[in-house]
Amino acid sequence: MTAPATPSAVHAEVVAVETFDATRRIVVAAPRIASAYRPGQFITVAVGDDLGMPLPRSFSIMDADPATGLVEFAVSVFSRGTAWLARRLPGEVLSIVGPLGRPFTLPSPGACCLVIAGGHGGAGVYRLIRELTGQRNAIHLVIGATTKARLFAVDALARVIDAGASSMTVTTDDGSAGLHGSITMPLRDLADRHQPEIAYACGSMPMLQAVSLELDGRMPLYVATETAMACGFGVCLTCTLPIVGADGLTRMTRSCVDGPVFRADRVRWEAIGTVPANCVGGVV
Amino acid sequence: MSVVPTVDMKALLGPVTLPWPILASSGCCGYGRELRQFVDLDELGAIITKSVMAQPRTGWPTPRMAETTGGMLNAIGLQGSGIDSFLEHDLPWLLDRCGHTAVSIAGGSVDEYGELARRVREAGGPRFLEINISCPNVESRGQVFACDPHAAAKVVSAVREGAGADLPVFAKLSADVADIVDVAHACVEAGADGLSLINTLLGAAIDARSMRPVLPKVTGGLSGPAIKPVALRCIWQVHAALPHVPIIGGGGVFSGVDAFEMLLAGASAVSVGTAMFRNPRACVRIRDELSATLAERGFTRLVDAVGLAHEGY
Repeated sequence: MTAPATPSAVHAEVVAVETFDATRRIVVAAPRIASAYRPGQFITVAVGDDLGMPLPRSFSIMDADPATGLVEFAVSVFSRGTAWLARRLPGEVLSIVGPLGRPFTLPSPGACCLVIAGGHGGAGVYRLIRELTGQRNAIHLVIGATTKARLFAVDALARVIDAGASSMTVTTDDGSAGLHGSITMPLRDLADRHQPEIAYACGSMPMLQAVSLELDGRMPLYVATETAMACGFGVCLTCTLPIVGADGLTRMTRSCVDGPVFRADRVRWEAIGTVPANCVGGVV
Repeated sequence: MSVVPTVDMKALLGPVTLPWPILASSGCCGYGRELRQFVDLDELGAIITKSVMAQPRTGWPTPRMAETTGGMLNAIGLQGSGIDSFLEHDLPWLLDRCGHTAVSIAGGSVDEYGELARRVREAGGPRFLEINISCPNVESRGQVFACDPHAAAKVVSAVREGAGADLPVFAKLSADVADIVDVAHACVEAGADGLSLINTLLGAAIDARSMRPVLPKVTGGLSGPAIKPVALRCIWQVHAALPHVPIIGGGGVFSGVDAFEMLLAGASAVSVGTAMFRNPRACVRIRDELSATLAERGFTRLVDAVGLAHEGY
């Protein structure tokens, strides 16, 4: 795994806010975060006008540009905190910490990759796909959602994916766009046809588990996990997952600093929400 | 904002003098490694480590936290590597980088507390011990020694003996008791040099959608701004009863004014926890705000604010 760069705690001015598919895309000026960022990393953002919601919210960094110092993230409104963020206006200042967590391990240039993005999980692989394109990887991208309105970044990513060597497949559970069915449906066929050397997935935990089950270890699969976390930088120990370490032992492992990207075969999917019997104590 | 130089910010805690009055609370700063990415640890009055236990622990299942209005519940279950690993890997690292390290210890029995204190004393280096006798996330409330003055005193005596004469001992108390002054008295009589007030309060959250508890173990420790009035009440009561016993006050401190209120109620230093989750530089910001607050009100020494609100009561 790649060692993470040092994160910063910054006050970042909102530069732009716009509707982006079913989300609000917020662009902030955060040069230190932009220059340290690697795909797969995230930020935490303090929310609220007072301390009614004392904990920050965490978001995948969707894109960042060291040249301009701009950092983008996408907010899906599903609670008071995210609703507050979606109402921000340019010129306001947000308290942000990042980049946090371990990034995706990139493939060798030219290698064929499978990328799977469920719902707004597309934000987590948005920059990854651009970097893969930059190093001439063939990319087979699957974007899925429950319904058409929840699809994320299909148009934006379609412009990035080179139609020659790469492909994009859209699925919806209700058939309102693309293939009618689960996001896992096209995976085996894509794996058979293109023999990808590596796979990446971003989305809800049940989706990541289903993808891991479907691909069944055919190639290394890196998943960007989503867990409830208070601090995001490793001190609160709320975001732990049962992860098998290099020594073969399971530990309750912080997804904020030891993840959020894990190799799927290290995650004890069946044991999430429990402490498995053979779990060993301690903090990695 | 820079520190206003006219205020002497030293915190006097009985046998312990700290250069700054804002301490990083136990359980909110790990063993310092993560926090050091954001702050110079010597800008803190002290780091109080996550509670160290005798054996490695896995902690509880997830979810381990729930945000509540103005606060959060946590149910970590004291996940940690145990005293051997702590003394070998974590304490030496921290002592090299933080001149004011305090070690929090948590035991399952009176003897275990005493043994942990002895191990830390033999390792050497920490400025003081904080005895966590009040963590709500243990197997049974019967293990919360701070709920009973007699049990609390037995733990403090054992730690006092293990710590020897030169390592100061602070007992961290729970507000979830009938009379916190009784527990405070018992701890001081048993040899505590000071008190840390307060630990998280026992709480619960119910998910209206699933119609089940949010936390798998139902209860968790409530922290954050929601508990500040409870902390101020406890500090007030204990300072009124034991005015010469130094108090580390904490509970929902998010600003310099919050810290100032803790001092006025009787705290000699102030611990900051949940605020660091919102921003890891919170301790430094709060210290600078407190300095400005004291200067604005004409104080030249922080110690002059300690217990000031009691005048006339």
